Amino acid sequence: EILVPEFHKKIKEAFEVFDHEANNTVDVREIGTIVRSLGCCPSEGELHDLIAEVEEEEPTGYIRFEKFLPVMTEVLLERRYRPIPEDVLLRAFEVLDPFKRGFLSKEELIKYMTEEGEPFSQEEMEEMLSAAIDPESNSIHYKDYITMMVIDE
Amino acid sequence: PGPGSPNSQACFSICVTAFKAAALIQRWYRRYTARLEMRRQCTWRIFQSIEYAGQQDQVKLHDFFSYLVDHFTPSSNHERDFLDRMFTDERFPQNSEMEKFSDYESIQVPDNYTGPRLSFPLLPDHATALVEAFRLKQQLHARYVLNLLHETKKHLIQLPNINRVSTCYSEEVTVCGDLHGQLDDLIFIFYKNGLPSPERAYVFNGDFVDRGKDSVEILMVLFAFMLVYPKEFHLNRGNHEDHLVNLRYGFTKEVMHKYKTHGKKILKILQDVFCWLPLATLVDEKVLILHGGVSDMTDLELLAKLDRHKIVSTMRRKTRKENGKQAKKEKGNQTSSAGRPTPWFLPQSRSLPASPLRLGCVQAHRAGRSSSIPCGAPGDAKELARQVRRSVDLELDRCRRQAGFPVSRGTQEAPLCAPEADSEAEEPLEPTQEEWRQVVDILWSDPMAQEGCKANTVRGGGCYFGPNVTEQLLQKYNLQFLIRSHECKPEGYEFCHSRKVLTIFSASNYYEVGSNRGAYVKLGPALTPYIVQYQANKVTHMLTMRQRQDFLMNDFQKTEISRVEESALRALREKLFAHSTNLLAEFKKHDIDKTGLITLSDWAEAVESVLHLGLPWRMLRPQLVNSSTDNTLEYKSWLEDLAKEQLNHENIQSSLLETLYRNRSNLETIFRIIDSDHSGFISLDEFRQTWKLFSSHMNVDITDECICDLARSIDFNKDGHIDINEFLEAFRLVEQSCSEGNASGRPQATNTNDGAAANQAH
Repeated sequence: EILVPEFHKKIKEAFEVFDHEANNTVDVREIGTIVRSLGCCPSEGELHDLIAEVEEEEPTGYIRFEKFLPVMTEVLLERRYRPIPEDVLLRAFEVLDPFKRGFLSKEELIKYMTEEGEPFSQEEMEEMLSAAIDPESNSIHYKDYITMMVIDE
Repeated sequence: PGPGSPNSQACFSICVTAFKAAALIQRWYRRYTARLEMRRQCTWRIFQSIEYAGQQDQVKLHDFFSYLVDHFTPSSNHERDFLDRMFTDERFPQNSEMEKFSDYESIQVPDNYTGPRLSFPLLPDHATALVEAFRLKQQLHARYVLNLLHETKKHLIQLPNINRVSTCYSEEVTVCGDLHGQLDDLIFIFYKNGLPSPERAYVFNGDFVDRGKDSVEILMVLFAFMLVYPKEFHLNRGNHEDHLVNLRYGFTKEVMHKYKTHGKKILKILQDVFCWLPLATLVDEKVLILHGGVSDMTDLELLAKLDRHKIVSTMRRKTRKENGKQAKKEKGNQTSSAGRPTPWFLPQSRSLPASPLRLGCVQAHRAGRSSSIPCGAPGDAKELARQVRRSVDLELDRCRRQAGFPVSRGTQEAPLCAPEADSEAEEPLEPTQEEWRQVVDILWSDPMAQEGCKANTVRGGGCYFGPNVTEQLLQKYNLQFLIRSHECKPEGYEFCHSRKVLTIFSASNYYEVGSNRGAYVKLGPALTPYIVQYQANKVTHMLTMRQRQDFLMNDFQKTEISRVEESALRALREKLFAHSTNLLAEFKKHDIDKTGLITLSDWAEAVESVLHLGLPWRMLRPQLVNSSTDNTLEYKSWLEDLAKEQLNHENIQSSLLETLYRNRSNLETIFRIIDSDHSGFISLDEFRQTWKLFSSHMNVDITDECICDLARSIDFNKDGHIDINEFLEAFRLVEQSCSEGNASGRPQATNTNDGAAANQAH
């Protein structure tokens, strides 16, 4: 496959950014960041499964590159964990806003994000609030918010 | 309603959908934050790799001069004259001369001077008043500066190499790291932690100067408090307390800019003051504080005993010769090298230039730094020296040819400098190789995660020391832990080696506003480190989401621009531009069918092979290349776009400009060396000769005509002299001038002045 060597380079680059000790390992807690910055959008559950695949038999808290590379290559080849298109994201917000007001109140957002789906940690919630909430109305205008969140590939 | 009713069914499906919707949003959000985190890490990497690449440049430059001195035999008066100009004799002044330099009493302070006034002996109020005056942007008159430096030196001379502090007397000791001319941070520390006092001891761990714009003021404050509270206020020398390093990193420039009349005197006495700074501080005999780190050879007893004053600069093992002896030998000796004036910034030894590099090195430590420094296989030192000499000879001949000098006949290497035999009758004024290396190690080393101890090839000095080296040292001297500085950390501090080594860095926003926090550490009698972080600026830490969003949002474009990130990318684009010719050649190699296109993968490979920065180019690509379609790039137009961004002086050929950009720090340093009287001017001829020699050494192909044109175009008033600053300004090479309020010393491409217009104004 022509793609594989290129994937290998990409994966190596992303991995090395977090390989602080220059010994081809990264802290397992950084795997999520690495996987996501390679263009994938896994759920927490999917991420867990992936980590289980790349971990040592006796988990050390570190993931070795030799184990990570083949698994991640496969992920990229299969185009697993595809990102969510903007319109789908918009619809997701609209589901939570059945009366089509165009916004969610702060309390509603907190409720959904911390009680539903794969709940946010407190830190994640605070972070999202600090950026998403319009302080004057104490609500999130999700259409604007989505536009802001879209990153060019 | 019961489970089976239509209402509850609808409810249930809504719940399920809400669950799914939330999961979707969370999933999306987590990816978003991950991408930002990656960009943040990449930005940091860019800053670090460029910073360390700059340090390597410095090393290359010094190697160049060293080899020149050791191997270059002037074969004509023409050559000799030129070299005389370049290596102007600046012997280290003797005490009587030094008295002349610190002669401040004759300096009159004008009546209309509204700045702070000092009288000696200093009182605490004076020191406090000084801080306040500087906060109000006043400048201390040269007379008081010299007076203060004079008193400082007197005080420093009495101090041991390793100072001792006890928490019995002052209840707490506050240790601060690099300040690098950032006065705001110092003021903030005093504000937040309290001014120094007998109950509040301070240790400042080196690197007070360079890069930032208020190095002078920082020194004044630190020295003042040291004189006022000699028992409680301590300073350690850093690798930037060094006149050679200052030439490159901005302190020399700052002094000359602020003190046009007396700057030279100030710099001269500072040279001396820096050498007298203590090397380390010990708290309660348990916590060792020094600037860089340690090596597996670090010997505290030796360090305590040596004459630290002999180590003038850690860049080169400099010596100071007796006045008389040298003068006798100097006169009219045409063939023998003994007549050569003492190069003031270069080693005297005939052997290989005393490079801080430990021979037999291995690969460079990566961790965010350039990984591709060419490193020869570990080998015999002599063999290495021989090989190096051979290649240098060839290169020098080539240089000679290109510079228009007659090529030397034969390769009799009569070094320019006086042979070591000269020094026999005098007291040894040189540090021994061992002493010198001990000091270099503690001022330049960095910790690493792996066990062992290897040469620090990134910095060109000191070593990388592993946890076992730390442990060994702590045990040997019965210490608890080490505090050091020298490295910028995003949080302002970092523990390593199982918390046995603490890095403390006090210059916040070091790379760019928002790039990092500063920190200081407090030690009480229990010696438990208590860290305080800060960011001395209205703009706060890059890491919090809120700030990230603030930076990220450009209301009009709704695209994401992080200010810090943009600054890093700008610096990177400059570097790319500076290598345009090589990049083009490399791209062409990948474009075998001559379509004008290459894949993005090829782009990444080509860029790394030219720039050697060890950066994640594929990750950075979206921010550097926005004109690609379909995974391919029209590389020529990409390079042209880069050039358009950088060029502001249409008269100069783009390739020349590119070359200048690439070598600008070296150029500036060379100019400042030539400009030995710090006048800010060099003659046209000096410029031409220097450029020729330098450019041929650096493999730059510039025609004589080009250089003449360039020189002439810069000499605006046609008096045969080039104002260094004008020259550098013309190409936007000057770092943001001291008068502007920019914490970072880095070139900022915010200058919208047309270069030509700016020059006309001069």
